[in-house]
Amino acid sequence: MKWVMVGIIVGSTVFADLLQSDEMKRNVVAVEDLRPGRIGRLLGGLARRGPLVLAVFFMAISFFAFMKLLSIADLSFAVPVSAASVVLETVLARWLLKEKVNPLRWAGAFCVACGVALLAV
Amino acid sequence: MAAGRMVAEQAKTSLPVRRLDFKTKLLTLVVVLANVLGNFSLSWGMKHQPAKLVDSPLVYIQTIFSPWVLLGTTLLIVWLLARMTLLSWADLSYVLPVTSIGYVFNAFLGKYFFAEQITWQRWLGTLAIMIGMILVGLTTPNTTACAPEGRR
Repeated sequence: MKWVMVGIIVGSTVFADLLQSDEMKRNVVAVEDLRPGRIGRLLGGLARRGPLVLAVFFMAISFFAFMKLLSIADLSFAVPVSAASVVLETVLARWLLKEKVNPLRWAGAFCVACGVALLAV
Repeated sequence: MAAGRMVAEQAKTSLPVRRLDFKTKLLTLVVVLANVLGNFSLSWGMKHQPAKLVDSPLVYIQTIFSPWVLLGTTLLIVWLLARMTLLSWADLSYVLPVTSIGYVFNAFLGKYFFAEQITWQRWLGTLAIMIGMILVGLTTPNTTACAPEGRR
């Protein structure tokens, strides 16, 4: 049950992050949009973007699976193990989002993945 | 959004890059803190709930409206919005490792507040995550042409 929840969390997080990153790069938020007077308009604008709504839906799936995982596992297990998506997302960011992932960034992502694996032991 | 984009385009030449970098780092801090404190509140609420989660939606709803879970949920909503904004300013492959410092803070909170066992492997993992975060932090946050500097 624990690992089923981990699988649901990782899968839905990867999909949600890719959708979010792609959509947010198309419509960049300006610093001015974060001012208190404009935050409502910003939220309204975000809510009208289909891919972001879909991303939030997958994040909600991840969230409920995470709640379930927290009720059956330690916090120090649940949080790190859900970061197993880091390397997968870095690979997909390179291929699908065309980000320039240099060796330093690959090394960093690899270290994070190793760290996650150790935390899950 | 188009108006905001125009304003940002006009400001492109006048906003110092250093200020923009500062904003990115500040937002990264907000993302990390909202996530860590949100997870902590959520975990505290889940551990201290009277009934165990079963396959009934009603129990889920009751749990969501308990104070600690509600606080955790609110903080995670702040985290979601801050992270969306950060993703419009920086690469996904940058944001993910850099914000993973939160896992280290979570490990500390788990140890000191929930008396969870942190083995030497977990401490080593924490160190590896920190090294990874520092390495990625040395790279340029945004490598795609979609988000011009001035629009952040």
